[in-house]
Amino acid sequence: MADQLTLDIAKDWLARFGTAVQEHKAHLTELDSAIGDADHGSNMARGMTAVNDAVAGSAPAALDEMFKSVGMTLVSSVGGASGPLYGTFFLRFGVAAGETDSIDAAGLLATLQAGLGGITDRGKAEAGDKTMVDAMAPALDAFAASLADGGGLADAARAAATAAAEGRDATAPLVARKGRASYLGERSVGHVDPGAASTAMLFEALAASVT
Amino acid sequence: MKKLINAPETVIADALRGIEAADSSVRIDHQHRIIYRADPKPDGKVAVISGGGTGHEPLHGGFVGHGMLDAACAGEVFTSPTPDQMQAATKEVDRGAGVLHIVKNYTGDVMNFEMAAELAAAEAGVEVATVVTNDDVAVQDSLYTAGRRGVGVTVLVEKIVGAAAEEGRDLAAVTDLAHRVNEGGRSMGMALTSCTVPAAGKPTFDLPDDQMEIGIGIHGEPGRHREPLAPAKDIAAQLVEPILADTDMSGPAIVMLNGMGGSPLLELYLMYGEVAPLLEKAGVRIARTLVGNYITSLDMAGCSLTVLKADDDMLALWDAPVQTAGLRWGR
Repeated sequence: MADQLTLDIAKDWLARFGTAVQEHKAHLTELDSAIGDADHGSNMARGMTAVNDAVAGSAPAALDEMFKSVGMTLVSSVGGASGPLYGTFFLRFGVAAGETDSIDAAGLLATLQAGLGGITDRGKAEAGDKTMVDAMAPALDAFAASLADGGGLADAARAAATAAAEGRDATAPLVARKGRASYLGERSVGHVDPGAASTAMLFEALAASVT
Repeated sequence: MKKLINAPETVIADALRGIEAADSSVRIDHQHRIIYRADPKPDGKVAVISGGGTGHEPLHGGFVGHGMLDAACAGEVFTSPTPDQMQAATKEVDRGAGVLHIVKNYTGDVMNFEMAAELAAAEAGVEVATVVTNDDVAVQDSLYTAGRRGVGVTVLVEKIVGAAAEEGRDLAAVTDLAHRVNEGGRSMGMALTSCTVPAAGKPTFDLPDDQMEIGIGIHGEPGRHREPLAPAKDIAAQLVEPILADTDMSGPAIVMLNGMGGSPLLELYLMYGEVAPLLEKAGVRIARTLVGNYITSLDMAGCSLTVLKADDDMLALWDAPVQTAGLRWGR
């Protein structure tokens, strides 16, 4: 069990997230067909393939360098809304991580919060709008609560993954207020938000990487 | 669903090669997926660019040329292009008089163009202005949505504003005109079928044979509501009424009856024949008309109606010469 997010663990996190997105590409696109425009799976798979190719082909010395490059790669390869949102998440994550090769659990919480701040700055979504924020915000709350209870990095990441999955499922009854799904109004009810679904994968990948 | 493609992953790259082969008046940057005029504008004139997901052809690439756009950035199908594309296009087309970005109001497009403008601002030199089109009256409650979508009026903005830039008006004047055209235009669309995104391989939504979808956007996103298929004259009323209910359209207007990609021209003209008298009865004086496929949604069957309340300046700019793959007159 790791007590630090190191460069190697970060690489493993991104690789696992890429694998999950690739494996569930059709599922994500299907969720997006119901309330969006049927491209979330293919866009995220293309973006994470580019990210993991870039990570594999470089030897970053610090977390900021690594995650800023991840962010820019996503911004320039994904397009749509997911590109700027995930891209800004990782860019801010990198800036907050700073020029270091590892961060502890408290440091990781701060960087994740900076990333979430980037998403809400860019997309202006609030809790309950049926977006990726509805998976990520509860995940970070659970992460923080676990640390406050004396949990370690692995406990906190596991709690975050569980909360993200619950947050994902809890988007189903919501009326979408952001993005293309918002045009459906009440008809968006009953469908899980695809961005919340990929966000749950991001936190599941993190939990698996630090366990 | 059968498609004329090699593989879903190569659709955009392959189509850009086709455009390059077919049209010597444009030049393609294959790496950034940008369509440029082969013969750029002279120095001192404002440049106008747009971009968006592909699948809406001829928008935007088919509107690159004299009297319209200087460049268009192509995203994946129905997916906004990325900031680095718009940034590259902005730098390339600037003739020292600034660049106007025409952006359709869709969350992804707005965010990517915003990031591009931030990146361009970080690199000194190019003055960028932006107009976000949002003319779709199908989106009712804009407080609880991402706002009205940018649809048909985008074609009219690109034509009218492109002519103004060609004439040599400055960036402030061109931008102000773009806002006024957007504010004067309203659109409403409907679909008889879904469309099939190549990468998905199956229809985006399921629409039974005896049903139609009213209030669709241009990405196969489902519309405002669904109802039993009706005769063309009833559909015409369903397009006209929400537009007229939204704003005063009396006086001269430019009217576009647009096909979504899968409906034959015969039906589009038939629909125009139903729409025109309804508009005229309501006091709209149809000054100019466009009927055809201009802002499409891949292979979706259906149509949209755009009405622009136009002043003399807009009409004169509408009549100005244009030479693009999608619109061509007077030159």
